[in-house]
Amino acid sequence: MKNSKTLIYDGSFNGFLTTVFVAFEEKIDVVDIQRNTKGQSGLFSETETIFTNVEKAKRVWNGIRSKSHNAITNVYFAFLSEADGIELILYTYIQKLITSKNGKQLDYSDGIVLRISQLARSVGREKHRMEAFVRFQLTKDDIYFANIEPDFDVLPLISKHFRNRYADQQWLIYDVKRKYGIFYNLEHVELVSLNLKQVHFNKIHKSDAFLNDEYDYQTLWNDYFKSTNIKSRINRKLHTQHVPKRYWKYLSEKKETA
Amino acid sequence: MDFNRIQEKLNILADAAKYDVSCASSGSDRTNKDKGLGNTTKMGICHSYTEDGRCVSLLKILLTNHCIFDCAYCVTRKSNDVKRAAFKIQEVVDLTINFYRRNYIEGLFLSSGIFKNADYTMERLIAVAKKLRLEENFNGYIHLKSIPDASDELMYEAGLYADRLSINIEIPTISGLKLLAPDKKHADFTKPMLKVKNELIRFKNERKVIKSTPKYAPAGQSTQMIVGATGETDKDIMYSATYYYKQYNMKRVYYSGYVPVADDSRLPSIGSQVPMLRENRLYQTDWLLRFYGFAVNEILNNDHPNLDIDVDPKLSWALRNMHHFPVDINTADKRMLARIPGMGMQSVEKILNARRFKKLNWDHLKKIGVALNRAKYFMICDSRNWERKDLDAEKIKGMILQQSTGKFRNQYSTQLSLFN
Ligand code: SF4
Repeated sequence: MKNSKTLIYDGSFNGFLTTVFVAFEEKIDVVDIQRNTKGQSGLFSETETIFTNVEKAKRVWNGIRSKSHNAITNVYFAFLSEADGIELILYTYIQKLITSKNGKQLDYSDGIVLRISQLARSVGREKHRMEAFVRFQLTKDDIYFANIEPDFDVLPLISKHFRNRYADQQWLIYDVKRKYGIFYNLEHVELVSLNLKQVHFNKIHKSDAFLNDEYDYQTLWNDYFKSTNIKSRINRKLHTQHVPKRYWKYLSEKKETA
Repeated sequence: MDFNRIQEKLNILADAAKYDVSCASSGSDRTNKDKGLGNTTKMGICHSYTEDGRCVSLLKILLTNHCIFDCAYCVTRKSNDVKRAAFKIQEVVDLTINFYRRNYIEGLFLSSGIFKNADYTMERLIAVAKKLRLEENFNGYIHLKSIPDASDELMYEAGLYADRLSINIEIPTISGLKLLAPDKKHADFTKPMLKVKNELIRFKNERKVIKSTPKYAPAGQSTQMIVGATGETDKDIMYSATYYYKQYNMKRVYYSGYVPVADDSRLPSIGSQVPMLRENRLYQTDWLLRFYGFAVNEILNNDHPNLDIDVDPKLSWALRNMHHFPVDINTADKRMLARIPGMGMQSVEKILNARRFKKLNWDHLKKIGVALNRAKYFMICDSRNWERKDLDAEKIKGMILQQSTGKFRNQYSTQLSLFN
């Protein structure tokens, strides 16, 4: 029998790329690629745990990039979608890409290519939404703090935007779903995980982590938002199309409706 | 912060500012200098949306709604019995910075009623922008309103701090302006526009020679016209829009359906419907003029002084000019491709690219994203099946309308029933 295996990696993007490298190098017939956090189901095949190796990951990254810039973005964005079985789909995609003569001419009628580009597009859309919908609250420790709960793992993608924009204030954006955050300490951005006692939604209920001023500004923003409406022009359908309801609980201007 | 006072002012001064429809934060690409606060993005960002679906991107307020003038169409007019308020310069700066730091906004859009005189008012607006830029090292978006009749020196200074400058012509015809804003002369609007235009050109030329030339209003200037207040035709509106685009290098002209704010025999009464569908048709026309190579007199002229309500202006033009069709997708030039109803500029580019490799058929066009349900009546491609040419304009219009479900469909049918 061939060298058939299920490969286990640590869940990081570099880990995934390392896995791809190892699979190519050892000519493994990949049954599946799984995160080590998932309950493994290697019942019918042998499993092998792959240890992340930045050098190997880089070689795969460069290999993809030399084929097409577009593809490297697609691969990274699609990976962050965390879609079920995304690793195996990406693996097949990368295989196609590396063996193709000209990566740019990938065929969009191919199901896998299409799926990757669709996933990447959804992740891209959420990246933009998060850049728009993050709402910071100023804590007593002088940190601008925001919770998010995005459908996809977009923190790594929005970090640059916030670092460029808010270069003179400390800020922390925390992904409640994935239980990690990015913290900017006026020098650089680092990954943090916190033990949050309470999730600071934009609740009417006040938390003592924030100054009163903070709630004043939220009220002012709320008022401002209300006053921008022109009654004779209301179009609710268009409104929820732009601001999907699942984001409302983080938006202070939606406080009462959440 | 004296919360209650600020809250009251904000409520009054945001409410009075909302009739300015522009909320764009695009067109500028200021970077964050010296680790300060903020930057702008070429495309702009909408941080929220109003309940009628418009983008909320900027903190849009008046510095004050005290005004010495009495323009009939304006809530802020002297004779209107409303609460008045005025922000201090520092209060606007603080609000902007605090909203910005919380990621509520892309920046500030500051306008004002006119107190004392034009220059005095303009000076205050500039003072806010200057403070934001120089004291707060703020690099977010600033849109300042130019006050009619403001001096050239002030308009020069304004552009050094603002990303965009605008002055709203509001009434598209000179006769309408005389009737509704008797205190203002047409030249009061055009003088600041002209100065801004000249400075934009001068700075651009200087930058060619000296790279470090500072920015002057990098997002250009814009204006707004009220639609449906004075019985003007669509032709009146679009001819003046064209004039402002050409004469003053406007980046954008906005069209704002008149929202009745006064019981005044010169104007539609309070409670009349806002002409939103008409507004939408005007924007479509604006688009055709700017990006699709149409000339204004092709769409609007003495025979057709108003846009059709039931079909969009491109389709309407095509139906009146059936002798230009059908267009052969595989040979026609860019200009004619762009004139096919249902064909966007992106599709045009894709077609031009794709047809170098193969002759395009229905399937290709569908994949490219052409709205074939309209386009098919006006084109032929590499296929033997096409819509029979003996359909006349009336029939085609009927068939297209039957399938279409535009977002204004309901409004259109209620407007129709009004005529029955
Ligand atoms: S000058 Fe401006 S603010 Fe004053 S009434 Fe006229 S339009 Fe309104």
